[in-house]
Amino acid sequence: MQQHQYDVIIVGAGGAGMRAALESSKRTRTAVLTKLYPTRSHTGAAQGGMCAALANVEEDNWEWHTFDTVKGGDFLVDQDAAEVMCREAVDAVLDLEKMGLPFNRTAEGKIDQRFFGGHTRNHGEAVVRRSCFAADRTGHMILQTLYQQCIKQNVEFFNEYYVLDLLMTDGKASGVVAYELATGELHVFSAKSVIFASGGFGKVFRTTSNAHTLTGDGMGIVWRKGLPLEDMEFFQFHPTGLAGLGVLLSEAARGEGGILRNKDNERFMERYAPTVKDLAPRDMVARAMANEVREGRGCGPDGAYVMLDLTHLEPAHIDAKLPDITEFARTYLGVEPYTEQIPVFPTAHYAMGGIPTNIKGEALANNDDVIPGLYAAGEVACVSVHGANRLGTNSLLDINVFGRRAGIAAAEYAETASFEELPAEPEKYVVELVEGLRNSTGEERIAAIRSDLQATMDLNAQVYRTEGSLKQALVDLEALKLRFADVAVQDKGKRFNTDLLEAVELGFLLDLAEVLVVSALERKESRGGHFREDYATRDDVNFMRHTMAYREVDADGNETIRLDYKPVVQTRYKPMERKY
Amino acid sequence: MDVKVKILRYNPEVVDEAEWKTYSVTLQPTDRVLDALHKIKWEQDGTLTFRRSCAHGVCGSDAMRINGRNRLACKTLIKDLSPDKEITVEPIKGLTVLKDLVVDMDPFFEAYRAVMPFLVTSGHEPTRERIQSQADRDRFDDTTKCILCAACTTSCPVFWSDGQYFGPQAIVGAHRFIFDSRDEGTEQRLEILNDKEGVWRCRTTFNCTDACPRGIEVTKAIQEVKRALIFRRV
Ligand SMILES: Cc1cc2nc3c(=O)[nH]c(=O)nc-3n(C[C@H](O)[C@H](O)[C@H](O)COP(=O)(O)OP(=O)(O)OC[C@H]3O[C@@H](n4cnc5c(N)ncnc54)[C@H](O)[C@@H]3O)c2cc1C
Ligand code: SF4
Ligand code: FES
Repeated sequence: MQQHQYDVIIVGAGGAGMRAALESSKRTRTAVLTKLYPTRSHTGAAQGGMCAALANVEEDNWEWHTFDTVKGGDFLVDQDAAEVMCREAVDAVLDLEKMGLPFNRTAEGKIDQRFFGGHTRNHGEAVVRRSCFAADRTGHMILQTLYQQCIKQNVEFFNEYYVLDLLMTDGKASGVVAYELATGELHVFSAKSVIFASGGFGKVFRTTSNAHTLTGDGMGIVWRKGLPLEDMEFFQFHPTGLAGLGVLLSEAARGEGGILRNKDNERFMERYAPTVKDLAPRDMVARAMANEVREGRGCGPDGAYVMLDLTHLEPAHIDAKLPDITEFARTYLGVEPYTEQIPVFPTAHYAMGGIPTNIKGEALANNDDVIPGLYAAGEVACVSVHGANRLGTNSLLDINVFGRRAGIAAAEYAETASFEELPAEPEKYVVELVEGLRNSTGEERIAAIRSDLQATMDLNAQVYRTEGSLKQALVDLEALKLRFADVAVQDKGKRFNTDLLEAVELGFLLDLAEVLVVSALERKESRGGHFREDYATRDDVNFMRHTMAYREVDADGNETIRLDYKPVVQTRYKPMERKY
Repeated sequence: MDVKVKILRYNPEVVDEAEWKTYSVTLQPTDRVLDALHKIKWEQDGTLTFRRSCAHGVCGSDAMRINGRNRLACKTLIKDLSPDKEITVEPIKGLTVLKDLVVDMDPFFEAYRAVMPFLVTSGHEPTRERIQSQADRDRFDDTTKCILCAACTTSCPVFWSDGQYFGPQAIVGAHRFIFDSRDEGTEQRLEILNDKEGVWRCRTTFNCTDACPRGIEVTKAIQEVKRALIFRRV
C-alpha cells in the first residue's frame, strides 16, 4: 500500500474534473485521480453544444436562459443556482474560446449559435439560437481543450486509478482510497479537500447513450458513507438514440431542422407541442415517441421505433453541422441520412440527481449542513440546476460553471484547513470489498446479473412508470442483490484485473438502481423526466420538493433507505403549467 | 452466426510468452468486434483484458490490430471482416504489451505532451472571444478530430523500428495548433518537430491515414508541417 498527500484530490477527469483542476492546481497542490485516461471521459461524447446567452446571432439574455432552465426542469430547479449558472454561462464559453476551443464561427468570425430544445426568447415566445457549438463534437472539443490546458499547467494525473472509498474524520472529508488498475495496488490519499467529478450512472439501463464505464462510482461511494443522494428518481431519456443500440444522435439534428415521423410519415410532434414541435424538452418528446409506438404508429417490423428525418436538409449542411452523428447512422445501422430516415428510440441519457451541493459545489450532509472538505461537480452532483428535466446543452455548461466553482472553493478551503488524521486502517473497507470479490467462490456471472438489472430497469423504470412496475423492479432488485452476494470473479490476478472492477462497478449500479426506484415509488406525481401513469399530473401541493435519500443500517446490519425532503428554492418564477 | 475469434493472449503474471487462443462466439453480422470481445469476457473467460469505454468510436480506448490492421474494436462490424474466416485480434504494435490487448500508453501521451498541444498567445486577453473567420477555422478542422487512440502511431513502420520517433499522432496534435490563426507558438513547435526524431523521420507510407478511425488525413497533415518547416511560414 502506498500513501500520498495532496491539498486537493479530484476524482474524475471529465469536463467537471479538469475544469476544477485548472482552478485548484493554480492555487494549491492538487492531484486528479481518474479511472480512465482523461481524454477517454464521456464528456468527449457530447455532441450538440453548450448554451450561453452570448446574443451573437440574435437578441438574448441570461434571464431568459434562466427562465427556460427553470421551466424546462418543471420548476424543481433551485432558482438561485440556475441564475448563477446562466449568468456565468457567458464567461464560461468565452473562457473556453480563450483556451483555444475551436467553435464554429459566424460570418463576422464570432462564436456561432444554433437552436436547441427548450431554449426560447422572452419566456417562451419562440425558439432562440443559444447553443454554442463545434459541429456535433462540442464535448470532444471541450474535453480536448481542457486536457490541453491541463498539460500546459502541468496538472498531476493518476490515470487508471479507481477511487473506491472516501475517508472521513469527525464528519470532515480527509482523503480517498484508490485501486491502481495496472498493479492491483491500493493507494491511500490524504487530502484537505476532495472533489467528486465522476460522472453519471446510465449503465443501470440497457438502452443508454452512456459509456460502459458510467457506473455511478462517486454516488455509490458517498451513498455507502450514509450521505444523502438527491432527486435520484429523475433520469433523462433522450429522444433520439439509434434504435436498438442507444448510441446518441444529438438534439442538434432537430435544431438544424430534423423532423420526427411515425409510420404514417406524420410529423407527430405537432400534436404534442404545437409551438416548438420537435424542439420541445426531452421528456416530452421521449414520451411522445414512446406513445406513438404504444399506440401502434411505430415503424419497422415490430413497430418499435420512430424515424428521424434529415432528408430535406442539404447534404453539405449535414456534413458541416452534423458529420459525426450521420456517420454513426451509416456505421451502425447502415442507413444513409442524406436519403433515408433514421430509426430512433429514447435512450437513458442523464442523471439529474446526485450528490447534493450548494452553489459553491460544497456537498451537503443534510438539508442545511455542508460536509467540510467535500465537494461535487458535474453529472455526479445535484445543485440542482436541472430539476426534473435537464435542458439540452445545460450539462456542458454545468460542468464548466460548477467545475470551476468547486475547484476554487476546494482550493480556498484547503488553504485555511489542515490535514485531518486518517481513520485507523484507512484501506480496510476497500481491502474487504476487493478481496471479498476476488476470493468469492460463488457461481453467478457478473454480466448475467448486470444484464438482468438493466432489463428490469428498462422495463419498469423507464419513460413510463407505475406503482406496479416500480414494485416489480424492487422485487427484482432484491433478488439480484442476493445473486450478487454469490458473484464469481474469474480473474484472480493483480494486473489489469478489469473482471474484478466490473464486479465492483456492478455493486454500485445495484445500490443506485434501488435508490432510484425507491425515490420514484414515493413520488406520486409526474414531473419532468419522472412520469407516473397512475399519477399523470404534476402535484405542486405535495411534491414541490426535492427527494433526499439516505442509507441506514440497523444494529443487525440490515440496510434500509430512508427518504426525506428538501424545499425547492424559488426566487423569480412561480410554477406554471409547462406548455410548449 | 458462429464466428471464430483468435486473440493474442498475454499475462506476464502467468506465462512468459504471448499465445494465440481461439474462441467460438455467436454473433449478429451487425455486431461490433467489441461485442465479440465482451461476449467472450462475459460468457466464457473473464480474464480476457482490453480497454473500452464509449463503444461508439469517440473515446479512443480500444485501438487494436484486427485482421492485421489497426482499428477501433467498437467501430468495426463483424460483417465487414469476412467472418466466415477466423477473425484475428492482437494488441497494437510498438508499445509494450502489459496484458492481453492492453498496451502501455504512457510513451504515446508523452510524445503528444512534448509538442506543446495547447494554444499559445501573448498580450492582453480580449474581453470577448477572439475573432476567427470560418475559413480560418476550417484550416485546421481535420486535425481537431483526433481522439488520441494511437491507431496511426502504432501502424507506422518508422515508429516500430525506432521508438524515439514522435509518431504521426504527435504531429497531428501539433498541426492542430500550427494552423490555428489564433496561435502564436508556431516557431517553438516547429523547432520541436525539426528534431531528429521529428517530422523528417516520416517516410510517407500512408499507413497512418489508412488506420485513422476519424478519417483524418494524417499524412497530409504531416506534409503540411514539413512544408511549414521548409518555408517557415504557415
Ligand atoms: C452521448 C452524449 C451526448 C451529450 N451531449 C451533450 C450536449 O450536447 N450538451 C450538453 O450540455 N450535455 C451533453 N451530454 C451530457 C454531458 O456530456 C455529460 O453530462 C457531462 O459531460 C458529464 O461530465 P462529467 O465531467 O460530470 O463526467 P464524465 O465526463 O463522465 O467524466 C467522469 C470522470 O470520472 C472518472 N471516474 C468515474 N468513476 C471513477 C472512479 N471510481 N475513480 C476514479 N475516477 C472515476 C472517469 O474516469 C472520468 O474521467 C451528453 C451526454 C452523452 C452521453
Ligand atoms: S490521428 Fe487518428 S489514428 Fe491517430 S490518434 Fe488521432 S484519431 Fe487516432
Ligand atoms: S470504446 Fe470508445 S472508441 Fe471504442
